[in-house]
Amino acid sequence: MADAAAMTGASGDARRRSGGSSSLVRVLRFTVVRLVALLATVVVGVYLTVLIANMGGYVDELRRSSIREGVSLMVGMDPEVRRLPQAEREALLAGLIAIQEERLGLDRPFLLRSFAYLGNALTLNLGRSEFLSSDSGSREVRNIILERLAPTLLLFATGQLLLFFMALFGGLVLSRRYGSWLDRFVIALAPTSAAPSWFYGIFLILIFAALLGVMPFGGMTSSPPPPHPVDYALSVLRHLVLPVTAIVISAVFLSIYSWRTFFLIFSSEDYVEMAKAKGLPSQTIERRYVLRPTLPNIVTNFALLVITLWSGAIITETVFNWPGLGRLIFGAISVIDVPIIVAATVIYAYLLAITVFLLDFVYALVDPRVKLDAGGAT
Amino acid sequence: MRALYRSVMALGQYPSAVAGLGIVLVMVLFALFAVISIPYQEAVRLWRGGEAIWGDTPRNVPPAWTNWFTTTDQPSTIRLDSAAGQATKSRADLGDELAEIDFTFTFDYRFDGFPQELTVFFTSTFVERRPSASLTWFTPDGREIRLGDVTLRPSEAFRISQDTRLERRLGGLRPEVGLFADPADPARALEGRYELRIAGLVFEEGADIDARFVAYGQVHGWAGTDHLRRDLGVALLWGAPIALSFGLLAAVGTIVTTMFIAAMGVWFGGWVDAAIQRITEVNIILPFLPILIMVGTFYSRSIWVLLVVVIVLSIFSAGIKTYRAIFLQVKQAPYIEAARAYGAGNARIIVRYMIPRVVPVLVPAFVSAVPSYVFLEASLAVLGLGDPVLPTWGKIINDAQANGALFRGHYYWVLQPAALLLVTGFGFALVGFALDRVFNPRLRDV
Repeated sequence: MADAAAMTGASGDARRRSGGSSSLVRVLRFTVVRLVALLATVVVGVYLTVLIANMGGYVDELRRSSIREGVSLMVGMDPEVRRLPQAEREALLAGLIAIQEERLGLDRPFLLRSFAYLGNALTLNLGRSEFLSSDSGSREVRNIILERLAPTLLLFATGQLLLFFMALFGGLVLSRRYGSWLDRFVIALAPTSAAPSWFYGIFLILIFAALLGVMPFGGMTSSPPPPHPVDYALSVLRHLVLPVTAIVISAVFLSIYSWRTFFLIFSSEDYVEMAKAKGLPSQTIERRYVLRPTLPNIVTNFALLVITLWSGAIITETVFNWPGLGRLIFGAISVIDVPIIVAATVIYAYLLAITVFLLDFVYALVDPRVKLDAGGAT
Repeated sequence: MRALYRSVMALGQYPSAVAGLGIVLVMVLFALFAVISIPYQEAVRLWRGGEAIWGDTPRNVPPAWTNWFTTTDQPSTIRLDSAAGQATKSRADLGDELAEIDFTFTFDYRFDGFPQELTVFFTSTFVERRPSASLTWFTPDGREIRLGDVTLRPSEAFRISQDTRLERRLGGLRPEVGLFADPADPARALEGRYELRIAGLVFEEGADIDARFVAYGQVHGWAGTDHLRRDLGVALLWGAPIALSFGLLAAVGTIVTTMFIAAMGVWFGGWVDAAIQRITEVNIILPFLPILIMVGTFYSRSIWVLLVVVIVLSIFSAGIKTYRAIFLQVKQAPYIEAARAYGAGNARIIVRYMIPRVVPVLVPAFVSAVPSYVFLEASLAVLGLGDPVLPTWGKIINDAQANGALFRGHYYWVLQPAALLLVTGFGFALVGFALDRVFNPRLRDV
């Protein structure tokens, strides 16, 4: 999350450079430069992923040997072929292997194919997976990803949104009552966020599933899934409780603490003191003088939160046996299913780039200082 | 530097920081103890060892201290080896190359629970004619139970617990239960002095038998055992130096390099700066954990290779932008200009004048980064990408998960490594938070 915030920081520099008198040309040029830079970043990032996922071409060797093995086995089983003389049999074998290699494009050098991979990935032509298939039996990467997207979104959207708003409002409340026992309590608990959510997940499973037996150990529905839609929803809800709790617990205290500190810093600005001196009611101060100027940060955090939903969380999903994208990626890596790895990366890269790009304009909408700078952007 | 010292001293005002420092210190001592008491090679040998090393420890039992919290006292392992003189062994030559070797294993049993398994391991030396042995069990209340006869190979395990005929004779109770059960109350073990007599016969001149009786306990050591009978103590102990060194090295490597690169970018400016910025942006697009998993799956699972990859991937991260912003301000400071005026070189300015200025940001970031790397190592291990030879806390959790520890109630298996991870992470985090408040007065004032 913080990583992507850094990217938007770079755009801030660019904005300042392009500042001055507002003109449409300037804004257009800024937009184009920004788009090209982001696209170049995506291209390089995705190409690197293609290289890593193919082990720099070594995966091709694995594919070749597996083709050779498969074809030899198939030919060896055929009694017709076994009667053929040695030379003829080998010619037949070589021919079959060549056909298979051509089918997978292995006859071309890896460098060329890596660019083909890149092109396909960038045009979102995700292709077919090599080993994994969706539960409905499709080998289309698109279908596989779409099938896993819903569970991931369900779990992480619930968890992260809950976390975000709890942290935001918790921070606001604490900034108003700093120094109170509640404030000190939250600060004292903030270091608990050093542990990741899967870690708390194990504890939750231990307590609520193993010891008390009131919650399921994992999975998304009970097995077999209840046929009635209402029962099904209830079952999913029951399975959702522990992972969502784990996600929230693992980060909530640190997030509240950082929002509280953030709001406190803004509450000590001169204009807030001024507003207090004028005798404005505290709610107005909070809304107009604290929340309003911090809106860009809140929006950035929220936007970045939304795109992190995409990748899910590999380990939390593994611990809770949740059929989401994170586990799909992990499964794809274990069997070296390159198309799925690349597809997941390219979609994440695009989402990140689009969000970063859009944030520039959202800033202009919510931050009057930016509006003065970039003028016609809004 | 004196300011740094003063700031560290200021930590004393924060009780949480003192507690955190205490935890960190204890963990460091714990790690040092591990390295000194079990050398690296020995730790690897023990952890990779099979039945040869762990044949006499029970499978999947909790640590001995769990007895303090339960009403029934569970036995620990009783191991009596005639070769080590823990049994009375007598030899009577019967002539005609025939000799009788008798063993008497005597032990006091003062537990309520029953053992996990009963096994007698024989090692015998002979040339051709295999010796034989017959085993008899004597209970404290004077009952005599024949356990059976066995013809011995050079190395023979006589597994009393797997004898189904004995089980029937004991009225359907498993042998390890039936042999100890109080006839008045079969749910409890009868306390007192038990005896196992083995009458062996050898049929050759130089032949000999040695026997080792093992009553596998229900608790073991201070840490319990896992599914491969390994003492978890080894892994819990050795997990500490590995976790600490991984966390510290990764944090040092990442933060120091990031800072140097940011300083260089700002100082030289131009294309150096631009290149660093672009690399950072590309790196942010790359998915961190999947790439680590790919490296672990495809290339090497050695913890040190992964450490290098973690550092390389983390160098060009968000931190670089933070440091850059600070360095940009520092670069404009008059004292930098003064340094240039007296002819200081690039390296001198960066190392002596620019970098000291970011130490206040650096120190808390460093301490806070340690637990995240400690947990990263554990996360990779939980995904099955742990180092294949080294025992780590994460690998224990991974083994436990893979064998359904929580489902089957082996809580100690997960709880002990998890508690150690948590304590370590919490200690560093406490110190990090306090340092943050000391070094960033703005947070302290409000």
